[in-house]
Amino acid sequence: MATRGDVATAVTTVEPRVQRGVRLPFERLKVTLVFVGSIAASLLLWELVSKSGLISETDLPAMSTTFSKLWDFMHTHAFWTAFGQTVRGWALGLAVATVLAVPIGIFLGTNDFAARAFRVPIEFLRPIPSAALIPVLFLTLGTTLKSEVFLAAFGAFWPLLIQTMYGVHDVDPLAVDTARAFGLGRYERLWRITLPGAVPYIATGLRIASTVSLILAFTAELFMGVPGLGQKVNEASSYGLTEDLYAYALAVGFLGVAIHLAMSAVERRALRWHPSQRSVL
Amino acid sequence: MSPRAQSAVKLGLEIAVPIGLLLAWQAWTVHAQSQYFPRLSTILVQFRDMWLFSQFGEHVVPSLERILLGFGIAVVVGIALGIPLGFSRWGRVAAMPHIEFWRAIPPPALLPISVVLLHSIGNVQKVSFIAFFCVFPILLNTIDGVRGIDPTLIDTARSYGIRRAARIRRIVLPAAMPQIAAGMRISLALAVIIMVVSEYFSSTSGVGYVLLISKNTFQMGPMWAAIVLIGVLGYLLGLAFALAERYFLAWHRGWRAVNPG
Amino acid sequence: MSLSVDDGEFLCVVGPSGCGKTTLLKCVAGLLRPTQGSVLLRGKPVTRPPEEMALVFQEYSRSLMPWASVANNVLLPLRHKKLGRGERKALVRDSLEAVGLGAASDRYPWQLSGGMQQRVAIARALAYQPSILLMDEPFASVDAQTRGDLEDLTLRVREEYGITIVFVTHDIDESVYLADRVVVLTHAPTEVKEIVGVALPKPRDQISTKELPDFAHLRAHVYRLIKREQVAAGEPEAGEPATVTVGK
Repeated sequence: MATRGDVATAVTTVEPRVQRGVRLPFERLKVTLVFVGSIAASLLLWELVSKSGLISETDLPAMSTTFSKLWDFMHTHAFWTAFGQTVRGWALGLAVATVLAVPIGIFLGTNDFAARAFRVPIEFLRPIPSAALIPVLFLTLGTTLKSEVFLAAFGAFWPLLIQTMYGVHDVDPLAVDTARAFGLGRYERLWRITLPGAVPYIATGLRIASTVSLILAFTAELFMGVPGLGQKVNEASSYGLTEDLYAYALAVGFLGVAIHLAMSAVERRALRWHPSQRSVL
Repeated sequence: MSPRAQSAVKLGLEIAVPIGLLLAWQAWTVHAQSQYFPRLSTILVQFRDMWLFSQFGEHVVPSLERILLGFGIAVVVGIALGIPLGFSRWGRVAAMPHIEFWRAIPPPALLPISVVLLHSIGNVQKVSFIAFFCVFPILLNTIDGVRGIDPTLIDTARSYGIRRAARIRRIVLPAAMPQIAAGMRISLALAVIIMVVSEYFSSTSGVGYVLLISKNTFQMGPMWAAIVLIGVLGYLLGLAFALAERYFLAWHRGWRAVNPG
Repeated sequence: MSLSVDDGEFLCVVGPSGCGKTTLLKCVAGLLRPTQGSVLLRGKPVTRPPEEMALVFQEYSRSLMPWASVANNVLLPLRHKKLGRGERKALVRDSLEAVGLGAASDRYPWQLSGGMQQRVAIARALAYQPSILLMDEPFASVDAQTRGDLEDLTLRVREEYGITIVFVTHDIDESVYLADRVVVLTHAPTEVKEIVGVALPKPRDQISTKELPDFAHLRAHVYRLIKREQVAAGEPEAGEPATVTVGK
């Protein structure tokens, strides 16, 4: 007779002989193997495509060449300076955006008059690609850190603002009423009920905003020549140093992945902490 | 304040504040007399002169073409890959490292590489560049949408002998569509940004190109008119998408109202 | 566990919660493969959902497509049968009329009440013109009054179309009211405890049939069997491999 566990699974294939629901001890190992194997396979493919001449090595430097170039870079002071500059631009842009977006978002989320008043301006300003502001910044603030931070902050501001507003809005009205019945004042309610409820949304907004901030910080460096990895990419491109180009792109890719993983971890933590996951108010 | 009075005040604010901001912008630019910030009135005149409709065909059309084509390709590829990955756990495990890497790397980092690899700065290069990065939000949302489909729905289709291909067309795709649409919305906004950036980097036509050229030649009026146009384009495309979504996914709103959470 | 279903009969399956009634039905429907034993339909083994079987689930709202109208929901299984467009439309119209939803064909499932949604699911099964209908606690999530109406609808449908019905339920009254035979299952490891023949007169009626002393006796008998099951401690038995035979 078929086992109980089968009732719960979505059945789209024939059941295997092994019982479902039993955690096989090799599960983790298999997943890691496939994951790593997939990476290895694509790196190998890269190497083959390049070395075999399918795409010429001048256009696509071999995987081994690129990685060794990057490795060499990592022994130079100049590389790490540029790396640090990009990280700095990203961090400052994100920080400025957060310091502005969260309070304003809380205000707009709790005050309906203000929200309605600024609804139209926000709807219009939000979709503007921040990249369109590059020429203005170039002419006014020049190729300085200020330009980079302004651009990154401008782009990161909007998703964070919207997410904060949603989060504050999404608070459980029952929880707020209960708090009011217990005599909690307006600011206490905000601090103890509304804000904790908004934290997961803000965390999601941070993750999105951090991606945007990195893109814009890099873009500012690429187009305006603000010092950083983007500027290095621009140089490599102008001088036709294709191997350097790929190496820097790889470096930026890794930076992006690291930032994304870090922010996602923060987001997951915040989601676990959400009041809805706790038992009672 | 009574509810009716409140409503009236809110409506009033909704109209007055945007107008007020525009007037403030005009007043400030008149007062500041900055070289880089022409009067709002000047910008609007430039806007009308350039985009309605003399340079429309020369620049706006190519830009729009690139956005729509890139976006369209991304939709097809994203859904076509997302559906099988949504069903296959091992497929997801194998694909994950690649998806995570390409969605995390800032697209501009690959602009020069894209030009080098394709030996061109023409439409193919632009469209493929836009399409490549716009795939990922759609792909990820398609995977999530497919994974979230109620198994009862699939079992019902299977019990009536509906084969896999028909199941995908008639059950999986409609059921995942709300989630896919969310990914499409993100991708569309992304397409606009990437279009501007790629045209600004290297192009011979398009709105981003105009932006670059007018900056280089210090023509502030046209430059700002281009900025405003980019904003308008982004807004109108988003609006068009929202309207389409409202029409095609009307069932979802009704269904959600009855089945919250 | 070994079980046979005769052509044209109304067979109810009852048992304590968690004894695997749904699993059994899914195996019979060809949606699950049993780890041991087999399901035979007219002598041939069932490996995937047979064409002449239709299934009605308990969770009606989750089995209906929210993006399609009621009519299109009923139409879905028909698209893959070799029928002309006119024929399909007629089948849809007729089956919706048969369940009393003729006027609702353009509405969306989520606009309807629970009972009406289940009727749509039944209409869909009917339009498919199966010879065997499997129903998995279909009226459990419906209010008591509507349940009575739906039970009578099922009996009427069975009379009119001559379908064989296998009906899983935990409601004892319902099982006796509807069935020709009632199969009582034990708790896990599940076996057939007893098969009770129901010789109540037809056509069944919610009021007069339930007033009959025979009804009360049968009902009490089944109730006692179930009660004993719920109290009894489980004895680990290997059990025979299952053979469910459907049809002569």
